[in-house]
Amino acid sequence: MTILFLIIAIVILASAVMVVTTRNLVHAALWLIVSLFGVAVLFAMLNAGFLAVVQVVVYIGAIAILFIFAVMLTRREMRGHGKPLNNNWWISALLSLLTFGGLAMLLSNWDGFSQTPADFPSDFDGVAELGNALIDPNQFVLPFEVASILLVAALVGAVYIASNRK
Amino acid sequence: MDWTLWLELVIKALVLIFALLGGFAYLTWYERRLLARFQSRLGPNRAGPFGLLQPIADAVKLIFKEELTPAKAYKLVFFLAPIMTLVPSVIIAAVIPWGPPFQLGDRIVTQSIADINVGVLFLMSIASIAVYGIVLAGWSSNNKYAMLGGLRSAAQMISYELTLGLAFVVAILLGNSMNLTDIVEAQRDGRWFVLVQPVGALILWIATLAEVNRHPFDMPEAEQELTAGYHTEYSGMKFALFFMAEYQKMIVVSAILATLFFGGYLGPWVDRWPLLGPVYMFLKIVILLFIMIWVRATWPRIRYDRLMAFGWKVLLPLALAVVMITAVGILLAEINPWMIWLIPIFSLIAGAFASLMIDRSLRRKAYA
Repeated sequence: MTILFLIIAIVILASAVMVVTTRNLVHAALWLIVSLFGVAVLFAMLNAGFLAVVQVVVYIGAIAILFIFAVMLTRREMRGHGKPLNNNWWISALLSLLTFGGLAMLLSNWDGFSQTPADFPSDFDGVAELGNALIDPNQFVLPFEVASILLVAALVGAVYIASNRK
Repeated sequence: MDWTLWLELVIKALVLIFALLGGFAYLTWYERRLLARFQSRLGPNRAGPFGLLQPIADAVKLIFKEELTPAKAYKLVFFLAPIMTLVPSVIIAAVIPWGPPFQLGDRIVTQSIADINVGVLFLMSIASIAVYGIVLAGWSSNNKYAMLGGLRSAAQMISYELTLGLAFVVAILLGNSMNLTDIVEAQRDGRWFVLVQPVGALILWIATLAEVNRHPFDMPEAEQELTAGYHTEYSGMKFALFFMAEYQKMIVVSAILATLFFGGYLGPWVDRWPLLGPVYMFLKIVILLFIMIWVRATWPRIRYDRLMAFGWKVLLPLALAVVMITAVGILLAEINPWMIWLIPIFSLIAGAFASLMIDRSLRRKAYA
């Protein structure tokens, strides 16, 4: 299991690096898909089948396809010729290192960090639990509704911008 | 995991893949013969009895054809695209239950490869991946017609995916589970979901037609406008892979439709002889495929703007209404079981209202 995790993690990180270093937009989009697939596999390994499938539906099936769609509609020459890095690269490297260090420190203080996840009982229905949690006033109903209002607002806004009847 | 489990999985996977391959080969024969009957012709009848060896002759021809790659094509993606189209059409079949589990020696063998508890969502996710192959094929060919076909298919498949998902939601609500086996088992005693929710079944059928780019939604490969659409530049075995993917998708979506709304593997005596399950599935799939081919033979293709308008302005609101009606009906059925039959009544009213509105808008705008 650990070996599998390491392989998946290497695949995710390597393809994420390829996304930002490759000079071809379509290649970048395809590497992004590989990376997102890797994350879906991680979810599946954590017994979160629902999240794994939703990851595929939302990120690979919708967002990445929109990237490809946009790339197809742009100009034919899809290679960038400029330098991929500018002079401030060391600031961003420092910031990401600091973020990584901070996260690692926080997680190492958390007592769940070194435990292996317990197996679910065989009749455990994670999807039903998730659904109930999302509409339970004591749990996540407020964030859920706020997110849906935000999405509806974005949808209405997009329709308003796109419509040519003023 | 002991080795017998691995053996069982490998055998089941191989059986499924070869069944799909054989199904593809004979579906082409079935379609050509049926189309010929619809058009008062004979169809392929020379190779073997009733032309049954025709698919083999076609396969040999395609293998020996020259494979051309356009000089300005985008080689790597051009090579990957047929594979990316074919693979989803095979793995989507992995979650479909083909029959009830049966006893072999001292072990219980389930008749599906992966009986996962989010089966319906798995179908949805693979359906959303399937568009990649077509889009990338159209883009990498470096050909205007192929590019237009790819763009059209991307727009069409993304649009109809929403309706497809909502139609899945109807089946999930009625079956009270995302597991396909549970959904089939909920349809016991002849309570097929198509009887409870006929409009939902129709919406799913239309959305799957659009999703597999079949008539009358085959805009991505409209011959008169785009020569052959996204696979214009493909030849030989690469073209055969696209062809294979299209026909396997036809089989698989028929299987999905049969599973979700037409009782799946259920039928008389299926509990006593579990191996009857695949037989019932086969019969249901053949009937649904017949309807698909019938539509191809008789309906004209829909114009592209109307196709999108139909998807977004008619099918999506209707699907939303149907989901709402189903949910309310299920809640009412908890009070009184016969109230479940309010679902078909009200959804048929909604469907009739939708078709009335289409009729009115067509008349008002006086489309030529």
